Amino acid sequence: MSSELLLEVKGVSRSYGNIQALNNISFSIAQGEVLGFLGPNGAGKTTTMQIISGNLAPSTGSVSIAGHDLLTEPRAAKAMLGYLPEQPPIYRELTVDEYLDYCAALNRIDRARRKPARDTAKEKCGLQDVGKRLIGNLSKGFRQRVGLAQAVIHLPPVVILDEPTIGLDPLQIREIRHLIRELGKDHSVILSTHILPEVRASCDRVQIINKGSLVLNDSIDSLSRHMKSSLLTVGFRQAPDLSLLQALEGVQSVQADGKRRVQVFCDRNADPTDQIVKLAAKKEWGLVEISPQGVSLEQLFLELTKDDQKTAAGAEA
Amino acid sequence: MIFTIALRELKTLFISPLAWAILAVVQVVLAFMFLAHIEEYLLLQPQLLTIDNAPGVTELVVGRLFGSAAIVLLLAVPLLTMRLISDERHNRTLSLLFSAPISMTEIVLGKFLGCVSFLGLLLLLITLMPLSLFVGANLDIGIILSGLLGLTLLLAGFAAVGLFMSTLTQYPAVAAISTFGVLLLFWLLDWSGDENNWLGQLSLMNHYEPFLRGLFDSTDAAFHILFVVTFLVLSVRRLDADRLGS
Repeated sequence: MSSELLLEVKGVSRSYGNIQALNNISFSIAQGEVLGFLGPNGAGKTTTMQIISGNLAPSTGSVSIAGHDLLTEPRAAKAMLGYLPEQPPIYRELTVDEYLDYCAALNRIDRARRKPARDTAKEKCGLQDVGKRLIGNLSKGFRQRVGLAQAVIHLPPVVILDEPTIGLDPLQIREIRHLIRELGKDHSVILSTHILPEVRASCDRVQIINKGSLVLNDSIDSLSRHMKSSLLTVGFRQAPDLSLLQALEGVQSVQADGKRRVQVFCDRNADPTDQIVKLAAKKEWGLVEISPQGVSLEQLFLELTKDDQKTAAGAEA
Repeated sequence: MIFTIALRELKTLFISPLAWAILAVVQVVLAFMFLAHIEEYLLLQPQLLTIDNAPGVTELVVGRLFGSAAIVLLLAVPLLTMRLISDERHNRTLSLLFSAPISMTEIVLGKFLGCVSFLGLLLLLITLMPLSLFVGANLDIGIILSGLLGLTLLLAGFAAVGLFMSTLTQYPAVAAISTFGVLLLFWLLDWSGDENNWLGQLSLMNHYEPFLRGLFDSTDAAFHILFVVTFLVLSVRRLDADRLGS
Protein backbone atom coordinates (compact mmCIF):
# COMPACT_ATOMS: atom_id res chain seq x y z
CA MET A 1 0.00 0.00 0.00
CA SER A 2 1.48 3.28 -1.06
CA SER A 3 -0.31 5.69 1.29
CA GLU A 4 1.14 6.61 4.62
CA LEU A 5 0.76 4.26 7.57
CA LEU A 6 -1.10 6.11 10.29
CA LEU A 7 -1.21 3.49 12.97
CA GLU A 8 1.26 0.74 13.56
CA VAL A 9 0.86 -1.86 16.24
CA LYS A 10 3.87 -4.09 16.69
CA GLY A 11 3.99 -7.26 18.73
CA VAL A 12 1.63 -6.07 21.42
CA SER A 13 0.88 -8.46 24.25
CA ARG A 14 -1.02 -7.83 27.38
CA SER A 15 -1.76 -9.99 30.35
CA TYR A 16 -3.92 -9.51 33.40
CA GLY A 17 -2.26 -11.54 36.08
CA ASN A 18 -2.15 -15.06 34.68
CA ILE A 19 -4.63 -14.39 31.91
CA GLN A 20 -3.08 -13.60 28.57
CA ALA A 21 -5.56 -11.19 27.01
CA LEU A 22 -3.55 -10.30 23.93
CA ASN A 23 -0.82 -12.34 22.38
CA ASN A 24 1.67 -10.71 20.05
CA ILE A 25 -0.71 -8.63 17.93
CA SER A 26 0.61 -6.65 14.98
CA PHE A 27 -1.30 -4.66 12.40
CA SER A 28 -1.35 -1.30 10.72
CA ILE A 29 -3.76 1.12 9.13
CA ALA A 30 -3.15 3.34 6.16
CA GLN A 31 -4.66 6.74 5.61
CA GLY A 32 -8.36 6.80 4.77
CA GLU A 33 -8.93 3.16 5.59
CA VAL A 34 -11.79 1.77 7.63
CA LEU A 35 -10.71 -1.33 9.50
CA GLY A 36 -13.29 -3.64 10.98
CA PHE A 37 -12.08 -5.33 14.11
CA LEU A 38 -14.08 -8.46 14.73
CA GLY A 39 -14.09 -11.02 17.42
CA PRO A 40 -16.35 -12.91 19.78
CA ASN A 41 -17.02 -11.37 23.16
CA GLY A 42 -13.98 -11.54 25.40
CA ALA A 43 -11.55 -12.07 22.53
CA GLY A 44 -9.51 -8.98 23.35
CA LYS A 45 -11.11 -6.33 21.14
CA THR A 46 -11.67 -3.80 23.87
CA THR A 47 -8.26 -4.44 25.38
CA THR A 48 -6.69 -3.72 22.00
CA MET A 49 -8.72 -0.53 21.62
CA GLN A 50 -7.73 0.58 25.10
CA ILE A 51 -4.07 -0.01 24.36
CA ILE A 52 -4.17 1.91 21.09
CA SER A 53 -5.96 4.79 22.76
CA GLY A 54 -3.45 4.99 25.58
CA ASN A 55 -5.88 3.94 28.29
CA LEU A 56 -3.93 0.81 29.00
CA ALA A 57 -0.23 0.13 28.70
CA PRO A 58 0.81 -2.98 26.78
CA SER A 59 2.90 -5.56 28.63
CA THR A 60 5.22 -5.77 25.63
CA GLY A 61 5.28 -4.30 22.14
CA SER A 62 4.78 -0.83 20.78
CA VAL A 63 2.09 1.34 19.25
CA SER A 64 2.88 4.29 17.06
CA ILE A 65 0.38 6.79 15.75
CA ALA A 66 1.34 8.92 12.77
CA GLY A 67 4.98 8.26 13.57
CA HIS A 68 4.79 9.09 17.28
CA ASP A 69 5.33 6.29 19.74
CA LEU A 70 2.50 6.12 22.23
CA LEU A 71 4.76 5.26 25.15
CA THR A 72 7.65 7.64 24.59
CA GLU A 73 5.78 10.60 23.11
CA PRO A 74 2.27 10.12 24.51
CA ARG A 75 1.24 13.72 24.05
CA ALA A 76 2.05 13.96 20.34
CA ALA A 77 0.57 10.52 19.69
CA LYS A 78 -2.65 11.15 21.58
CA ALA A 79 -3.20 14.42 19.74
CA MET A 80 -3.52 12.33 16.56
CA LEU A 81 -6.20 10.15 18.02
CA GLY A 82 -9.92 10.20 18.71
CA TYR A 83 -11.41 7.48 20.87
CA LEU A 84 -14.97 6.46 21.53
CA PRO A 85 -15.02 3.76 24.22
CA GLU A 86 -17.79 1.21 24.54
CA GLN A 87 -19.57 3.51 26.94
CA PRO A 88 -19.34 7.08 25.65
CA PRO A 89 -17.39 9.20 28.16
CA ILE A 90 -19.99 11.92 28.57
CA TYR A 91 -20.86 14.16 31.46
CA ARG A 92 -24.59 14.04 31.89
CA GLU A 93 -24.76 17.33 33.73
CA LEU A 94 -23.33 19.37 30.84
CA THR A 95 -25.04 20.58 27.70
CA VAL A 96 -23.80 19.24 24.39
CA ASP A 97 -22.09 22.54 23.59
CA GLU A 98 -20.39 22.79 26.96
CA TYR A 99 -19.21 19.24 26.72
CA LEU A 100 -17.80 19.58 23.22
CA ASP A 101 -16.06 22.81 24.19
CA TYR A 102 -14.44 21.02 27.08
CA CYS A 103 -13.30 18.19 24.80
CA ALA A 104 -11.92 20.71 22.34
CA ALA A 105 -9.99 22.40 25.13
CA LEU A 106 -8.66 19.06 26.38
CA ASN A 107 -7.38 18.40 22.89
CA ARG A 108 -5.56 21.72 22.91
CA ILE A 109 -7.65 23.53 20.33
CA ASP A 110 -7.13 27.29 20.78
CA ARG A 111 -9.97 29.29 22.16
CA ALA A 112 -10.59 31.04 18.83
CA ARG A 113 -10.88 27.79 16.90
CA ARG A 114 -13.07 26.00 19.42
CA LYS A 115 -16.42 27.24 18.17
CA PRO A 116 -15.79 26.37 14.50
CA ALA A 117 -14.43 22.97 15.59
CA ARG A 118 -17.50 22.38 17.69
CA ASP A 119 -19.84 23.37 14.89
CA THR A 120 -18.09 21.11 12.39
CA ALA A 121 -18.23 18.16 14.75
CA LYS A 122 -21.89 18.79 15.51
CA GLU A 123 -22.70 18.99 11.85
CA LYS A 124 -20.83 15.78 11.09
CA CYS A 125 -22.72 13.92 13.77
CA GLY A 126 -26.13 15.49 13.24
CA LEU A 127 -26.23 17.31 16.55
CA GLN A 128 -27.07 20.82 15.33
CA ASP A 129 -30.45 20.94 17.05
CA VAL A 130 -29.47 19.67 20.47
CA GLY A 131 -26.52 21.96 21.30
CA LYS A 132 -28.31 23.59 24.21
CA ARG A 133 -29.72 20.42 25.71
CA LEU A 134 -28.37 18.52 28.67
CA ILE A 135 -26.61 15.34 27.64
CA GLY A 136 -28.35 13.46 30.44
CA ASN A 137 -31.73 14.19 28.83
CA LEU A 138 -30.77 12.96 25.37
CA SER A 139 -31.74 9.57 24.00
CA LYS A 140 -29.16 6.83 23.79
CA GLY A 141 -28.62 7.32 20.06
CA PHE A 142 -27.91 10.98 20.53
CA ARG A 143 -25.54 10.30 23.39
CA GLN A 144 -23.69 7.92 21.14
CA ARG A 145 -23.44 10.70 18.58
CA VAL A 146 -22.14 13.08 21.20
CA GLY A 147 -19.50 10.47 21.95
CA LEU A 148 -18.63 10.32 18.27
CA ALA A 149 -18.49 14.11 18.00
CA GLN A 150 -16.10 14.11 20.93
CA ALA A 151 -13.84 11.65 19.12
CA VAL A 152 -13.61 13.71 15.93
CA ILE A 153 -13.72 17.27 17.22
CA HIS A 154 -9.97 17.79 16.85
CA LEU A 155 -9.96 16.17 13.38
CA PRO A 156 -7.61 13.37 14.39
CA PRO A 157 -6.10 11.26 11.62
CA VAL A 158 -7.02 8.09 13.51
CA VAL A 159 -10.44 7.45 15.02
CA ILE A 160 -11.05 4.43 17.22
CA LEU A 161 -14.64 3.32 17.76
CA ASP A 162 -15.40 0.55 20.21
CA GLU A 163 -18.77 -1.03 19.42
CA PRO A 164 -20.41 2.25 18.42
CA THR A 165 -23.79 0.78 17.52
CA ILE A 166 -24.37 -1.30 20.62
CA GLY A 167 -27.82 -0.78 22.11
CA LEU A 168 -29.16 1.41 19.33
CA ASP A 169 -32.37 0.90 17.39
CA PRO A 170 -32.13 -0.17 13.71
CA LEU A 171 -32.69 3.33 12.39
CA GLN A 172 -30.00 4.79 14.61
CA ILE A 173 -27.66 1.97 13.65
CA ARG A 174 -28.12 2.86 10.02
CA GLU A 175 -27.39 6.50 10.71
CA ILE A 176 -24.29 5.74 12.74
CA ARG A 177 -23.01 3.41 10.01
CA HIS A 178 -23.57 6.09 7.46
CA LEU A 179 -21.66 8.45 9.71
CA ILE A 180 -18.79 6.00 9.98
CA ARG A 181 -18.57 5.75 6.20
CA GLU A 182 -18.51 9.54 6.05
CA LEU A 183 -15.74 9.63 8.64
CA GLY A 184 -13.78 7.12 6.58
CA LYS A 185 -13.36 9.72 3.88
CA ASP A 186 -11.18 12.00 5.98
CA HIS A 187 -10.00 9.83 8.85
CA SER A 188 -8.63 6.36 9.32
CA VAL A 189 -11.14 4.47 11.37
CA ILE A 190 -10.87 1.35 13.48
CA LEU A 191 -14.27 -0.08 14.19
CA SER A 192 -14.53 -2.77 16.78
CA THR A 193 -17.68 -4.83 16.79
CA HIS A 194 -19.11 -8.28 17.00
CA ILE A 195 -21.88 -7.48 14.56
CA LEU A 196 -20.89 -8.88 11.19
CA PRO A 197 -23.13 -6.98 8.76
CA GLU A 198 -21.76 -3.81 10.27
CA VAL A 199 -18.33 -4.65 8.98
CA ARG A 200 -19.64 -5.46 5.53
CA ALA A 201 -21.54 -2.20 5.50
CA SER A 202 -18.78 0.11 6.58
CA CYS A 203 -15.28 -1.36 6.32
CA ASP A 204 -12.58 -1.70 3.68
CA ARG A 205 -10.61 -4.23 5.59
CA VAL A 206 -11.44 -6.75 8.21
CA GLN A 207 -9.46 -8.25 10.99
CA ILE A 208 -10.61 -11.07 13.20
CA ILE A 209 -9.27 -11.64 16.66
CA ASN A 210 -9.86 -14.73 18.69
CA LYS A 211 -8.52 -15.55 22.13
CA GLY A 212 -6.02 -12.74 22.01
CA SER A 213 -4.49 -13.57 18.63
CA LEU A 214 -5.23 -12.24 15.17
CA VAL A 215 -6.58 -15.00 12.97
CA LEU A 216 -7.35 -12.96 9.86
CA ASN A 217 -6.38 -9.63 8.38
CA ASP A 218 -7.54 -8.97 4.83
CA SER A 219 -9.55 -6.67 2.64
CA ILE A 220 -13.28 -7.32 2.38
CA ASP A 221 -13.00 -8.09 -1.33
CA SER A 222 -10.46 -10.85 -1.00
CA LEU A 223 -12.20 -12.62 1.83
CA SER A 224 -13.25 -15.45 -0.46
CA ARG A 225 -9.68 -16.66 -0.57
CA HIS A 226 -10.02 -17.73 3.02
CA MET A 227 -13.18 -19.69 2.47
CA LYS A 228 -13.08 -23.41 2.39
CA SER A 229 -16.52 -23.65 0.83
CA SER A 230 -19.20 -21.55 -0.76
CA LEU A 231 -22.87 -21.64 0.02
CA LEU A 232 -26.06 -21.94 -2.03
CA THR A 233 -29.51 -21.43 -0.59
CA VAL A 234 -32.15 -23.44 -2.42
CA GLY A 235 -35.93 -23.38 -1.85
CA PHE A 236 -38.45 -25.99 -3.08
CA ARG A 237 -42.21 -26.33 -3.08
CA GLN A 238 -42.01 -30.01 -2.06
CA ALA A 239 -39.67 -31.37 0.57
CA PRO A 240 -36.58 -32.62 -1.32
CA ASP A 241 -34.58 -35.77 -0.78
CA LEU A 242 -31.40 -34.54 0.84
CA SER A 243 -29.35 -37.62 0.00
CA LEU A 244 -29.82 -36.99 -3.74
CA LEU A 245 -28.57 -33.46 -3.36
CA GLN A 246 -25.69 -34.67 -1.31
CA ALA A 247 -24.66 -37.03 -4.08
CA LEU A 248 -24.18 -34.23 -6.63
CA GLU A 249 -20.68 -33.47 -7.79
CA GLY A 250 -18.88 -30.73 -5.84
CA VAL A 251 -21.32 -30.75 -2.94
CA GLN A 252 -19.68 -31.05 0.45
CA SER A 253 -22.68 -31.13 2.68
CA VAL A 254 -26.37 -30.33 2.73
CA GLN A 255 -28.29 -28.83 5.58
CA ALA A 256 -32.04 -28.50 5.82
CA ASP A 257 -33.11 -25.00 6.67
CA GLY A 258 -36.75 -25.47 7.60
CA LYS A 259 -38.87 -28.00 5.69
CA ARG A 260 -38.52 -26.77 2.14
CA ARG A 261 -35.29 -24.84 2.12
CA VAL A 262 -31.85 -26.29 1.92
CA GLN A 263 -28.38 -24.90 2.37
CA VAL A 264 -25.87 -26.52 0.09
CA PHE A 265 -22.21 -26.18 0.94
CA CYS A 266 -20.01 -26.84 -2.04
CA ASP A 267 -16.35 -26.80 -3.02
CA ARG A 268 -14.98 -23.35 -3.58
CA ASN A 269 -14.64 -23.62 -7.33
CA ALA A 270 -17.53 -25.92 -8.06
CA ASP A 271 -20.91 -24.59 -9.13
CA PRO A 272 -23.63 -27.24 -8.86
CA THR A 273 -26.44 -24.78 -9.71
CA ASP A 274 -27.28 -26.34 -13.06
CA GLN A 275 -27.31 -29.84 -11.64
CA ILE A 276 -29.62 -28.82 -8.83
CA VAL A 277 -32.04 -27.20 -11.28
CA LYS A 278 -32.05 -30.32 -13.46
CA LEU A 279 -32.51 -32.63 -10.49
CA ALA A 280 -35.35 -30.53 -9.14
CA ALA A 281 -37.10 -30.56 -12.54
CA LYS A 282 -36.71 -34.30 -12.86
CA LYS A 283 -38.07 -35.07 -9.40
CA GLU A 284 -40.73 -32.33 -9.60
CA TRP A 285 -39.72 -30.73 -6.30
CA GLY A 286 -40.81 -27.36 -7.64
CA LEU A 287 -37.76 -25.15 -7.41
CA VAL A 288 -38.77 -21.66 -6.23
CA GLU A 289 -35.49 -20.12 -5.16
CA ILE A 290 -31.82 -20.62 -5.71
CA SER A 291 -29.29 -18.03 -4.68
CA PRO A 292 -25.56 -18.03 -4.11
CA GLN A 293 -24.64 -16.53 -0.77
CA GLY A 294 -21.22 -15.44 -1.93
CA VAL A 295 -18.75 -15.17 0.85
CA SER A 296 -20.49 -14.95 4.11
CA LEU A 297 -18.49 -13.16 6.69
CA GLU A 298 -20.46 -14.96 9.29
CA GLN A 299 -19.41 -18.29 7.92
CA LEU A 300 -15.80 -17.23 7.74
CA PHE A 301 -15.96 -15.89 11.23
CA LEU A 302 -17.40 -19.11 12.58
CA GLU A 303 -14.89 -21.15 10.64
CA LEU A 304 -11.92 -19.18 11.89
CA THR A 305 -12.98 -18.99 15.49
CA LYS A 306 -13.97 -22.66 15.49
CA ASP A 307 -10.66 -23.70 13.99
CA ASP A 308 -8.94 -22.00 16.79
CA GLN A 309 -10.96 -23.83 19.36
CA LYS A 310 -10.01 -27.10 17.77
CA THR A 311 -6.33 -26.33 17.72
CA ALA A 312 -6.50 -25.05 21.26
CA ALA A 313 -8.12 -28.29 22.33
CA GLY A 314 -5.48 -30.18 20.38
CA ALA A 315 -2.70 -28.29 22.09
CA GLU A 316 -4.09 -29.09 25.48
CA ALA A 317 -4.45 -32.78 24.74
CA MET B 1 -4.73 22.59 30.38
CA ILE B 2 -4.67 22.39 34.17
CA PHE B 3 -6.99 25.38 34.26
CA THR B 4 -9.39 23.79 31.79
CA ILE B 5 -9.82 20.81 34.06
CA ALA B 6 -9.94 22.96 37.19
CA LEU B 7 -12.60 25.19 35.70
CA ARG B 8 -14.77 22.27 34.70
CA GLU B 9 -14.39 20.73 38.14
CA LEU B 10 -15.55 23.98 39.68
CA LYS B 11 -18.49 24.19 37.29
CA THR B 12 -19.55 20.63 38.06
CA LEU B 13 -19.41 21.40 41.77
CA PHE B 14 -21.71 24.36 41.36
CA ILE B 15 -24.13 22.49 39.13
CA SER B 16 -24.64 19.94 41.88
CA PRO B 17 -26.63 21.02 44.92
CA LEU B 18 -23.95 19.50 47.15
CA ALA B 19 -21.58 22.43 46.83
CA TRP B 20 -24.31 24.94 47.69
CA ALA B 21 -25.42 22.82 50.61
CA ILE B 22 -21.89 22.63 51.95
CA LEU B 23 -21.39 26.38 51.58
CA ALA B 24 -24.63 27.05 53.40
CA VAL B 25 -24.21 24.54 56.20
CA VAL B 26 -20.61 25.49 56.92
CA GLN B 27 -21.56 29.15 56.95
CA VAL B 28 -24.49 28.69 59.32
CA VAL B 29 -22.59 26.49 61.75
CA LEU B 30 -19.57 28.77 61.82
CA ALA B 31 -21.73 31.86 62.19
CA PHE B 32 -23.27 30.31 65.26
CA MET B 33 -19.84 29.47 66.68
CA PHE B 34 -18.62 32.96 65.85
CA LEU B 35 -21.48 34.54 67.77
CA ALA B 36 -20.90 32.18 70.69
CA HIS B 37 -17.20 33.14 70.78
CA ILE B 38 -18.12 36.82 70.81
CA GLU B 39 -20.62 36.37 73.60
CA GLU B 40 -18.07 34.51 75.64
CA TYR B 41 -15.55 37.26 75.03
CA LEU B 42 -18.00 39.91 76.18
CA LEU B 43 -18.55 37.99 79.44
CA LEU B 44 -14.82 37.64 79.99
CA GLN B 45 -13.95 41.21 79.06
CA PRO B 46 -14.16 42.75 82.58
CA GLN B 47 -11.75 40.16 83.95
CA LEU B 48 -9.39 40.51 81.01
CA LEU B 49 -9.07 44.23 81.70
CA THR B 50 -7.46 43.46 85.04
CA ILE B 51 -4.75 41.25 83.53
CA ASP B 52 -1.58 42.60 81.98
CA ASN B 53 -0.90 41.42 78.45
CA ALA B 54 -4.25 39.73 78.22
CA PRO B 55 -5.08 38.08 74.92
CA GLY B 56 -7.00 40.43 72.67
CA VAL B 57 -10.24 40.08 70.81
CA THR B 58 -8.50 38.86 67.68
CA GLU B 59 -6.89 35.93 69.40
CA LEU B 60 -9.91 35.02 71.48
CA VAL B 61 -12.52 35.35 68.78
CA VAL B 62 -10.84 35.13 65.39
CA GLY B 63 -8.24 32.55 66.41
CA ARG B 64 -10.90 30.32 67.91
CA LEU B 65 -13.15 30.78 64.92
CA PHE B 66 -10.43 29.52 62.60
CA GLY B 67 -9.80 26.67 65.01
CA SER B 68 -13.44 25.61 64.86
CA ALA B 69 -13.51 26.14 61.10
CA ALA B 70 -10.76 23.55 60.72
CA ILE B 71 -12.87 20.95 62.55
CA VAL B 72 -16.04 21.74 60.62
CA LEU B 73 -14.17 21.59 57.31
CA LEU B 74 -12.56 18.32 58.30
CA LEU B 75 -16.09 16.98 58.10
CA ALA B 76 -17.07 18.86 54.96
CA VAL B 77 -14.04 18.51 52.70
CA PRO B 78 -14.33 14.71 52.24
CA LEU B 79 -17.79 15.29 50.79
CA LEU B 80 -16.38 17.74 48.29
CA THR B 81 -13.42 15.67 47.21
CA MET B 82 -15.08 12.27 47.13
CA ARG B 83 -16.35 12.60 43.58
CA LEU B 84 -13.19 14.03 42.02
CA ILE B 85 -11.88 10.86 40.41
CA SER B 86 -14.13 8.09 41.70
CA ASP B 87 -17.14 9.51 39.90
CA GLU B 88 -15.27 9.66 36.61
CA ARG B 89 -14.15 6.12 37.15
CA HIS B 90 -17.68 5.04 37.94
CA ASN B 91 -19.15 6.78 34.87
CA ARG B 92 -16.28 5.60 32.67
CA THR B 93 -15.42 9.15 31.70
CA LEU B 94 -11.82 8.80 32.80
CA SER B 95 -10.93 7.51 29.34
CA LEU B 96 -11.77 10.93 27.93
CA LEU B 97 -8.91 12.36 29.97
CA PHE B 98 -6.62 9.39 29.39
CA SER B 99 -6.90 9.50 25.62
CA ALA B 100 -6.53 13.28 25.40
CA PRO B 101 -3.03 14.71 24.95
CA ILE B 102 -2.54 15.55 28.63
CA SER B 103 -0.38 14.00 31.29
CA MET B 104 -1.49 12.39 34.53
CA THR B 105 0.17 15.21 36.44
CA GLU B 106 -1.96 17.74 34.61
CA ILE B 107 -5.10 15.77 35.35
CA VAL B 108 -4.29 15.53 39.04
CA LEU B 109 -3.21 19.17 39.35
CA GLY B 110 -6.31 20.31 37.48
CA LYS B 111 -8.61 18.38 39.78
CA PHE B 112 -6.72 19.59 42.83
CA LEU B 113 -6.78 23.20 41.72
CA GLY B 114 -10.50 23.05 40.98
CA CYS B 115 -11.21 21.75 44.44
CA VAL B 116 -8.88 24.20 46.14
CA SER B 117 -10.49 27.13 44.32
CA PHE B 118 -13.82 26.11 45.73
CA LEU B 119 -12.32 25.87 49.20
CA GLY B 120 -10.78 29.31 48.63
CA LEU B 121 -14.24 30.69 48.05
CA LEU B 122 -15.47 29.02 51.21
CA LEU B 123 -12.54 30.51 53.08
CA LEU B 124 -13.37 33.96 51.77
CA LEU B 125 -16.90 33.67 53.10
CA ILE B 126 -15.62 32.51 56.48
CA THR B 127 -13.14 35.38 56.69
CA LEU B 128 -15.88 37.92 56.09
CA MET B 129 -17.24 37.15 59.55
CA PRO B 130 -14.28 38.30 61.65
CA LEU B 131 -13.77 41.23 59.31
CA SER B 132 -17.19 42.47 60.41
CA LEU B 133 -15.67 43.05 63.85
CA PHE B 134 -13.76 45.98 62.39
CA VAL B 135 -16.92 47.95 62.94
CA GLY B 136 -16.47 48.03 66.68
CA ALA B 137 -13.03 46.72 67.58
CA ASN B 138 -9.36 47.03 66.87
CA LEU B 139 -8.25 43.86 65.20
CA ASP B 140 -4.75 42.50 64.87
CA ILE B 141 -4.45 42.04 61.12
CA GLY B 142 -1.32 39.94 61.54
CA ILE B 143 -3.16 37.25 63.45
CA ILE B 144 -6.00 37.22 60.94
CA LEU B 145 -3.62 36.84 58.02
CA SER B 146 -1.56 34.14 59.67
CA GLY B 147 -4.71 32.26 60.62
CA LEU B 148 -5.95 32.56 57.09
CA LEU B 149 -2.67 31.29 55.70
CA GLY B 150 -2.72 28.38 58.14
CA LEU B 151 -6.26 27.44 57.21
CA THR B 152 -5.47 27.69 53.50
CA LEU B 153 -2.50 25.34 53.86
CA LEU B 154 -4.54 22.99 56.00
CA LEU B 155 -7.39 22.88 53.50
CA ALA B 156 -4.98 22.24 50.64
CA GLY B 157 -3.77 19.24 52.64
CA PHE B 158 -7.36 18.07 53.19
CA ALA B 159 -8.05 18.37 49.46
CA ALA B 160 -4.90 16.45 48.52
CA VAL B 161 -5.80 13.58 50.84
CA GLY B 162 -9.36 13.60 49.49
CA LEU B 163 -8.13 13.53 45.92
CA PHE B 164 -5.86 10.59 46.61
CA MET B 165 -8.60 8.63 48.34
CA SER B 166 -10.85 9.36 45.39
CA THR B 167 -8.35 7.79 42.99
CA LEU B 168 -8.45 4.55 44.96
CA THR B 169 -12.08 3.62 44.46
CA GLN B 170 -15.04 4.06 42.19
CA TYR B 171 -17.48 4.62 45.03
CA PRO B 172 -17.67 8.22 46.23
CA ALA B 173 -18.96 7.17 49.63
CA VAL B 174 -15.92 4.95 50.19
CA ALA B 175 -13.64 7.81 49.18
CA ALA B 176 -15.44 10.15 51.59
CA ILE B 177 -15.27 7.91 54.61
CA SER B 178 -11.61 6.98 54.02
CA THR B 179 -10.67 10.61 53.55
CA PHE B 180 -12.42 11.46 56.77
CA GLY B 181 -10.65 8.62 58.57
CA VAL B 182 -7.20 9.57 57.33
CA LEU B 183 -7.69 13.24 58.11
CA LEU B 184 -8.98 12.52 61.58
CA LEU B 185 -6.03 10.22 62.25
CA PHE B 186 -3.59 12.89 61.13
CA TRP B 187 -5.43 15.35 63.32
CA LEU B 188 -5.20 13.18 66.40
CA LEU B 189 -1.70 11.80 65.95
CA ASP B 190 -0.32 13.80 68.87
CA TRP B 191 -2.71 12.19 71.29
CA SER B 192 -0.32 9.35 71.94
CA GLY B 193 0.93 10.37 75.39
CA ASP B 194 4.70 10.65 75.10
CA GLU B 195 5.80 14.20 74.41
CA ASN B 196 8.84 13.29 72.36
CA ASN B 197 6.80 10.95 70.27
CA TRP B 198 7.71 11.38 66.59
CA LEU B 199 4.12 10.66 65.62
CA GLY B 200 3.17 13.99 67.13
CA GLN B 201 5.43 15.64 64.58
CA LEU B 202 3.13 14.40 61.85
CA SER B 203 0.00 15.74 63.47
CA LEU B 204 -1.82 18.27 61.36
CA MET B 205 -3.12 20.02 64.45
CA ASN B 206 0.37 20.61 65.87
CA HIS B 207 1.33 22.37 62.67
CA TYR B 208 -1.86 24.36 62.42
CA GLU B 209 -2.28 25.65 65.95
CA PRO B 210 0.72 28.06 65.91
CA PHE B 211 -0.80 29.91 62.94
CA LEU B 212 -3.84 30.72 65.07
CA ARG B 213 -1.67 32.44 67.64
CA GLY B 214 -0.13 34.55 64.90
CA LEU B 215 3.03 32.52 64.92
CA PHE B 216 4.40 31.83 61.45
CA ASP B 217 6.98 29.10 61.55
CA SER B 218 8.42 28.06 58.19
CA THR B 219 8.67 24.47 59.45
CA ASP B 220 4.91 24.38 59.83
CA ALA B 221 4.37 25.82 56.37
CA ALA B 222 6.88 23.37 54.91
CA PHE B 223 5.11 20.52 56.64
CA HIS B 224 1.80 21.41 55.05
CA ILE B 225 3.34 21.85 51.62
CA LEU B 226 5.12 18.52 51.88
CA PHE B 227 1.88 16.94 53.01
CA VAL B 228 0.10 18.26 49.93
CA VAL B 229 2.88 17.27 47.54
CA THR B 230 3.07 13.75 48.96
CA PHE B 231 -0.59 13.04 48.40
CA LEU B 232 -0.59 14.62 44.94
CA VAL B 233 2.35 12.48 43.89
CA LEU B 234 0.61 9.42 45.29
CA SER B 235 -2.47 10.32 43.22
CA VAL B 236 -0.45 10.62 40.02
CA ARG B 237 1.20 7.28 40.74
CA ARG B 238 -2.14 5.70 41.42
CA LEU B 239 -3.61 6.88 38.10
CA ASP B 240 -0.52 5.70 36.28
CA ALA B 241 -0.88 2.31 37.88
CA ASP B 242 -4.43 2.29 36.56
CA ARG B 243 -3.09 2.45 33.06
CA LEU B 244 -0.50 -0.21 33.71
CA GLY B 245 -3.34 -2.24 35.13
CA SER B 246 -1.42 -3.58 38.06
